[in-house]
Amino acid sequence: MSKNLGQVLRSGQVLGLFAIAAAGMLAGTHALTADRILQSERQRLLRQLQEVLPRGAYDNDVAADRIEFTSAQLDATQPVTVYRARRGGQPVAAVMTVTAPDGYSGAIQMLVGVGHDGHLTGVRVTGHKETPGLGDKIDSQRTDWILRFDGKSLADPAASGWAVKKDGGAFDQFAGATITPRAVVKAVHRSLQYFEQNRETMFSSAAEGGDS
Amino acid sequence: MSAEISPYGKLVRDGLWTNNPGLVQLLGLCPLLATSNNVVNGFTLGMATLLVLLMSNTIVSLIRPVVRQEIRIPIYVMVIAALVTVVELIMNAYFNALYNILGIFLPIITTNCIIIGRAEAYASKNPLRLAAFDGLMMGLGFTLVLVVLGGVRELLAQGTLGDGLNLILGESFKGVHLTLIPEYQGLLLAALPPGAFIGLGLLIAGKNWIDARYKARAVALAPAPA
Repeated sequence: MSKNLGQVLRSGQVLGLFAIAAAGMLAGTHALTADRILQSERQRLLRQLQEVLPRGAYDNDVAADRIEFTSAQLDATQPVTVYRARRGGQPVAAVMTVTAPDGYSGAIQMLVGVGHDGHLTGVRVTGHKETPGLGDKIDSQRTDWILRFDGKSLADPAASGWAVKKDGGAFDQFAGATITPRAVVKAVHRSLQYFEQNRETMFSSAAEGGDS
Repeated sequence: MSAEISPYGKLVRDGLWTNNPGLVQLLGLCPLLATSNNVVNGFTLGMATLLVLLMSNTIVSLIRPVVRQEIRIPIYVMVIAALVTVVELIMNAYFNALYNILGIFLPIITTNCIIIGRAEAYASKNPLRLAAFDGLMMGLGFTLVLVVLGGVRELLAQGTLGDGLNLILGESFKGVHLTLIPEYQGLLLAALPPGAFIGLGLLIAGKNWIDARYKARAVALAPAPA
């Protein structure tokens, strides 16, 4: 009995020592990489923001000048983050994190950049699970389709034009994939409407803290 | 098949061919099928797996004297999980774009049966150098299958090879890839999950076919037994 107990205790000891060693290794690696990870996440965000903002038109730290809105219109599941681009303190453009809930295989995450004058400065898809080869043409890595939103506004095309061609609108769908571009067009249109209604509060609200 | 083959030679042959993790042992199929949609993704996941295998085999072999038979599995699991997390943190820090592409498949290397399989079947019974070498060869064998399958699928689906090279080699490689079939419409099936299953099936069949031919020739050449 005591011999068994001794073995159990020894096994427990060995396991415990390994757990401590493993935890130590993880803590060490974490300490060494934490800054670098924060930095690369930040760079990733900045790169994405730069893509949807007019180059050189702003001089503030866009990634830090952010606020969060709750809008079921743009994203029913999580708050919408808005990044504000300014030049000399004057509002230039806003970038919204928008989710199109009605993609072919789930939600499509997008960044929608709108200039202060209401014209789109850029739209990019940042996350999606659409069919490779069909729906994934919304990705700027695959085709230039998403670039066609640049410069569009609520007036151009008119409300009826904010749909894919198959639905009588102004935007191309893809051969074999209508649902995906339809979801994107609708989400961009909603973003513009939301921007129109909330433009002033969007730029005047104080930035929220946080470093990401 | 000479009897004089060195243990290292045998490990090379086992890892890359006779006992290849992807084609023969059929271990780790989930990441194998999921990330083999192009060469770059396949190569990256293969390398991450290789790194973990090499380190886990090394550590498992080193700790042989202190690990008791009854608790070896929990200890291996702990070692492997810690190693995978280390690799994950490093990839997140230095290859952020790839880290985001591989997504869930990086952390689930932990559950890749090749790793605990090699720890249990080989590293726990063999000296350090052999164990490390086994990890290296098994990792290479796995990477090889991932790259070949990724290449076949990428070629059939997009007509290119090496799309996304900039994600591993830096921005200067943006857009550098081979376009073998210009203006290609693409075979969608190859990019979708069934394409991975069919592709892997064909690879396994190809390997078995080569083995069978090799055997048949060896039999034909061998002198008839007296």
